[in-house]
Amino acid sequence: MAQTPVRFTLNGRETGLFVEEAANLLDVLRRGAGDISPKYGCGQGTCGACTVLIDGAPHLGCLTLAATVEGREVRTTGGMADGPGLTALQTAFMEGFAAQCGFCTPGMLMAAKALLDRNPQPTRDEVIEAISGNLCRCTGYEPIVDAILAASGQRGAA
Amino acid sequence: MSSIEFRKDLFADERDDNLNEIGKPKLRQDIEGHVRGRTAYYDDHLFDGLLHMRCVRSPHHHARVRSIDSAGAERMAGVRRVVRASDVPHNINTLLSLIGFGRDDEQLIADRKVAYKGEPVLAIIAETEAQARAACAAVRVDWEVLPHVLDVEEALTPGAPVVNEEYPNNCFDYAPYDHVKLRFGDVEAGFAQADRIVEATYEMSPIEQAPIETCGAIAAPETSGRYVCHTGTQALFFSLGTTAKLLDMPSSKLHFIGGTVGGGFGGKVDSLTEPMAVLGAVLTGKPVKFQWDREEEMQVGAPRGAERWIIKDGVMADGRIVARQFTGFFDAGAYTRLSSYAGTKGTGHLPGPYSIPNVASNVFCVYTNRTPATAMRGFGITGVDFAIECHMDRVAEAVGADPIHLRILNAYRDGDMKAHRRRAKNCALVECCQVAAGKAGWRVSPEDMAASSKTGTTADRQAIPETALDEDGRIGDRKAGRMPSARPAKGTKRLPAGTHGRDHKAVPVQRPDMQQLAERVGHRVAPERDAAPAASPTVPARAPDTPTPATAPSRPTAAPPATSSPPAEARPAAAPPQPMPQLQPAQPKPYEPDTPFRQGVRRPGVSRFLSGSRRR
Repeated sequence: MAQTPVRFTLNGRETGLFVEEAANLLDVLRRGAGDISPKYGCGQGTCGACTVLIDGAPHLGCLTLAATVEGREVRTTGGMADGPGLTALQTAFMEGFAAQCGFCTPGMLMAAKALLDRNPQPTRDEVIEAISGNLCRCTGYEPIVDAILAASGQRGAA
Repeated sequence: MSSIEFRKDLFADERDDNLNEIGKPKLRQDIEGHVRGRTAYYDDHLFDGLLHMRCVRSPHHHARVRSIDSAGAERMAGVRRVVRASDVPHNINTLLSLIGFGRDDEQLIADRKVAYKGEPVLAIIAETEAQARAACAAVRVDWEVLPHVLDVEEALTPGAPVVNEEYPNNCFDYAPYDHVKLRFGDVEAGFAQADRIVEATYEMSPIEQAPIETCGAIAAPETSGRYVCHTGTQALFFSLGTTAKLLDMPSSKLHFIGGTVGGGFGGKVDSLTEPMAVLGAVLTGKPVKFQWDREEEMQVGAPRGAERWIIKDGVMADGRIVARQFTGFFDAGAYTRLSSYAGTKGTGHLPGPYSIPNVASNVFCVYTNRTPATAMRGFGITGVDFAIECHMDRVAEAVGADPIHLRILNAYRDGDMKAHRRRAKNCALVECCQVAAGKAGWRVSPEDMAASSKTGTTADRQAIPETALDEDGRIGDRKAGRMPSARPAKGTKRLPAGTHGRDHKAVPVQRPDMQQLAERVGHRVAPERDAAPAASPTVPARAPDTPTPATAPSRPTAAPPATSSPPAEARPAAAPPQPMPQLQPAQPKPYEPDTPFRQGVRRPGVSRFLSGSRRR
């Protein structure tokens, strides 16, 4: 199958790969770039476990053709914390018990980061709207919503 | 108020321990990996040259395989290996054979017949997932479609198609019956005495666990001659044992790595993906991934099984339930998996947390042409609890009682005799009702607010009544048309009051160094004595005492008094614990097996890794 070169920045680092024409971004990040943080949950754009940020906006890795990220900036949960420290959002997820099996967490964090970058003081409804494309089977969502609000400095906000 | 504070408030004299962890925030030990995206699930282990395996699956509920034409698929780009049923060395298994429960009834890859939609008949290993998918689509299977049955009660009728050839009666064999029986008292007498009879049917559909991570495994040859298998299983050693058995391979050649599961909820115990991945690695000598896609997870992944319960209650005008009869059906789907266990576990839960003097139940594990069912969060309990509590509301309505009052009135009290001939202890339903009513703002009478699980037992509630027994429903009777009804039959024999029924004895230990000191593990041991009043035809006479009296803890602590009123104290103080002959722990000696270590069971003509009941 024909291979195309594609260049993009992955978590701030220049990355260049040869990808198959039909390859999706999720496979290319995981198998090609070795960033395992986006997860395969459905391959149909239903579960949101593969959510990554492309130029700051949340996208589903499984439904994005890898060739379309040419020249763009891709961010994943794997590159969220630079060094030993964690971001406020990650800390809030840890302390708020917002992950159990952890499989949806990387996608959930990306969706939450996209929201907070755009809207640092979201309402509870806006948080719920922002993660409505991300499925979680363990937590029942409440701890996740609380953690995102806590990270925005609105602990316990209604 | 947290539930822990409720406990300390309501049961202040029971435990004085201050809990150090429960109810207090604590970081999960694995959560930093989760938020960093560094937690490695099975699919996060990267292998060079990874091959991908996919299955050709049945589009029919029930069909015979006439022939499979994979010639076109074999010539397609990237295809490395076609895996047939004949490639599986020991192609028959049942999940619980590893603990000796049930007969082997399911193939890893079906060769002659499929019994549910999505059952695999062939697998293809290719260089990419897309190539494997395309090759599977190119395989031509000649199906002979058979009539199917999708309803549990239909499956039990004499003319129903045979779903599972190992169990031709379409239900699991709980020898000598085709169902699990529970008999306590005489429900017919209870119904005759009752003011009202309330009967209803309850059903629960199958529920898919739907973890975000789909089932799968990656296996690869190691340089040590072993095969490594990264898996998302919930039951690592079940999966290892199942793989060893199906592939007729010593378990020492398998290196299973797991424990990090992307959501399971019971749906990842079936050990279907690990044998496939390891088989692929054996056949190709390369790393092979076998991963279900979302569609397979939903269609082929075993759900919580469907249940149907028919409950018939006899109730007095004041709300006391005097008889309760269950007829229960667990829909196992096409193969046993864990549904046989759901039947016994569900029966163990009856009649719910209520003291009812007459209880009878027949519980069936039925095969239908639906997706095989397996574990999911309290399976065996959830459906029947739903049925019981709906029924309690219906009973309350029928006698014009308050539903909370009805529950408090009938709830177990400490010391009551359960239908399983065990004493109820540490009961808390009364308190749960009081707290729930308070939280919901539901008015409860002062008498009900004053009730307690610790008081209220009586001599009648502690006694085992005379029990009506029947021999109905022996294996095969239903298929032969000799059993028109699934319901508990009228008793033909009587088990005297105060009798426990079948007397279970602990198996004598095989080696003295395996002897567990009962007192050391915290069991109170009652002195050995006859539980049954002399001869009753259905109670086998006790075998002469074994020389190991300390093995008794599996028996009920003491025979309850048949009629006379017991002491007032609610705690079953039983007999004072008699000092047991102290078995001194043997001086540690170097381990010297008198027979050389062997794996598995040696029987001519069968796998050494076959355990449990041997296939006929």
